[in-house]
Amino acid sequence: MDIVVPIKFVPDLVEELEIDASGAALDRTFLRLIPNEQDDHALEQALLLKERHGGTVTVLTLDTGDVDETLFTAVAKGADRVIKITGDFAGLNNHAIASLLHPVLQNLSFDLILTGTQAVDDLDGSLGTLLAARLDLPYVGYITGVMPADGNVVVRKEYPGGLIAEMAIRLPAVLGIQAAEKPPRYVVTSLVMQAMKTARIEEIEAGQADSRGAAGVARMFRPEAAAHAEMIEGHPDQVADALVALLKERGLLS
Amino acid sequence: MSTSMYDTILETTPRGERIKLCIQCGMCSGICPHGFVMEYPPRLLIAALRADDVAPVFESETLWLCMSCFACSQVCPAQIPLTSGLLARLKAEMLLRGKVPAELQSALENTRRYGNPLGESPRKRAAWAMGLTTPVPIMAQLKETVDVLWFVGDYASYHPRVQSVSKAMARIFQALGVRFGILGPEENSDGDVQCLAGERGLFELLAQKNGRTLSKYRFKEIVTTDPHTYNVFKNEYPTVGFSFPVKHYTQFLAERLTQLKPLLRHEQKYRVTYHDPCTLGRANHNDVYEEPRQLLQAIPGLEFVEMPHNRANTICCGGGGGGNWLDGFTWERAHTRTSEWRVKEALGSGAQILAVACPYDMPRFEDAVKSTGQEKELIVKDIAELLTDAIFD
Repeated sequence: MDIVVPIKFVPDLVEELEIDASGAALDRTFLRLIPNEQDDHALEQALLLKERHGGTVTVLTLDTGDVDETLFTAVAKGADRVIKITGDFAGLNNHAIASLLHPVLQNLSFDLILTGTQAVDDLDGSLGTLLAARLDLPYVGYITGVMPADGNVVVRKEYPGGLIAEMAIRLPAVLGIQAAEKPPRYVVTSLVMQAMKTARIEEIEAGQADSRGAAGVARMFRPEAAAHAEMIEGHPDQVADALVALLKERGLLS
Repeated sequence: MSTSMYDTILETTPRGERIKLCIQCGMCSGICPHGFVMEYPPRLLIAALRADDVAPVFESETLWLCMSCFACSQVCPAQIPLTSGLLARLKAEMLLRGKVPAELQSALENTRRYGNPLGESPRKRAAWAMGLTTPVPIMAQLKETVDVLWFVGDYASYHPRVQSVSKAMARIFQALGVRFGILGPEENSDGDVQCLAGERGLFELLAQKNGRTLSKYRFKEIVTTDPHTYNVFKNEYPTVGFSFPVKHYTQFLAERLTQLKPLLRHEQKYRVTYHDPCTLGRANHNDVYEEPRQLLQAIPGLEFVEMPHNRANTICCGGGGGGNWLDGFTWERAHTRTSEWRVKEALGSGAQILAVACPYDMPRFEDAVKSTGQEKELIVKDIAELLTDAIFD
């Protein structure tokens, strides 16, 4: 099975996020970008499928800066091809990213596209659905398992409330991975360094981005507290009495 | 004919040929604090290698029970490099096979991404120094030669409890009039625990980053509160081409005892015992045993008592060699913590304060004091904190 994994770089929440002067976007001056965590699961699922059933894994990303190490790490883990799309991409939404990935994907032969089911900066829908729409392929998200069956695949999809469905999907298809069947593997630094010396990153120049269809952001702001917690202060005995009175008032104690 | 794993290990472990000298005496396995729960303690590891039957070793998770405490290396009569040699080399094989407990994996991934195993922002590496009345100079802003390049380290930079030890250290440097500077955001993890956990490539990456950064600045010596920094700069950085003079802060201060002593004005009427960090003492025969004791005994009013396990015979806190990120893994198998044994021993010595000199000791022993329900009986303090109490309070 030939699999393509598009990896999206998203803001790292380890750093504090700031809103820029426009008030409708993140300030990108000190923004650190890291690969979307669920895309790492998509890559792991792709590698597991390759190891079990053969085929190839191609990793694709927009060159949003400092992406090479992630691509070489993918090679060290077992990816066959790594491609970066070059251009100027600061702050693109998913519609625009899908429009840039689309022509590149059309020139690749694949059975499956695995994406992370969601990312922290999905403001306009998930990337997988947008890619599937552009490529006119079936899409299923929230996947936690993929098994080949009679030339197609059977996937496990998670539903709220602890339900899991198994469904058969015709290939080629786009899947949104919620979690790989195993946690993403560790690859030692020496193998990443070796990949840096021996592997080649293919570069493709980006076409024109098209963000039509995406909802615009009017205002970006930190969550505003609607109600505050009531702090009961005083001597522990008084606090305990007040707490008991409150619980009785709400009918939680008789 | 393919080379056996035994031959490979002999060839690719530093001083690995000494492994041939093993007579299977079992001293290593006997002294190993986790020997009772390891399926393959060091003696059996060597036996398995010789029998060309290592697959079960890699199948078992035995190697991750090693906390790199160097007890086996200390007692081996043939002086086989066990902890930083054989064990680290076999842990590297585990990593290559993708067999690594999740906690440790994320610590290694964090180190690669952020330069520290805690996954904290590298930009905030010097944030601990905010709010100190006298600022802590950062080398990039300081255009002059300093006496001391203070390599702060990961836990001392980011762990909330250990940050107060760093603040105490800053006040001691200032009280002694030492010209010092820190690297701040330019500092990366020293790489000691990653190296001992088998991630040699990651260690080399970190050593090159730190080595290049340090080479830009002029200083007389590196001083650190972290025995792991001391150990790795002294014993491993030279192997990748960086040799810097380095001292643990207890050595640096013991050298200045005549200057320090008159500053220790406030009596500290406590009974205090001292825990020898493995990495400062028996690891690679670093043998820093007396300086910490000299400092404690210089504090007026302080009564110093020894625990039965002291100096080279210390009990590991369990935090080294990646052990800090294997606590859950180890607990599931051993159902005990060496840090808890140590805390009980400290109480048995009659001490009110357990003095430490390693950033891993602080959280590990404070946790052990709590998990054994003895918060009221024993306080854990770094020697640097006890010194500042005596200087300023």
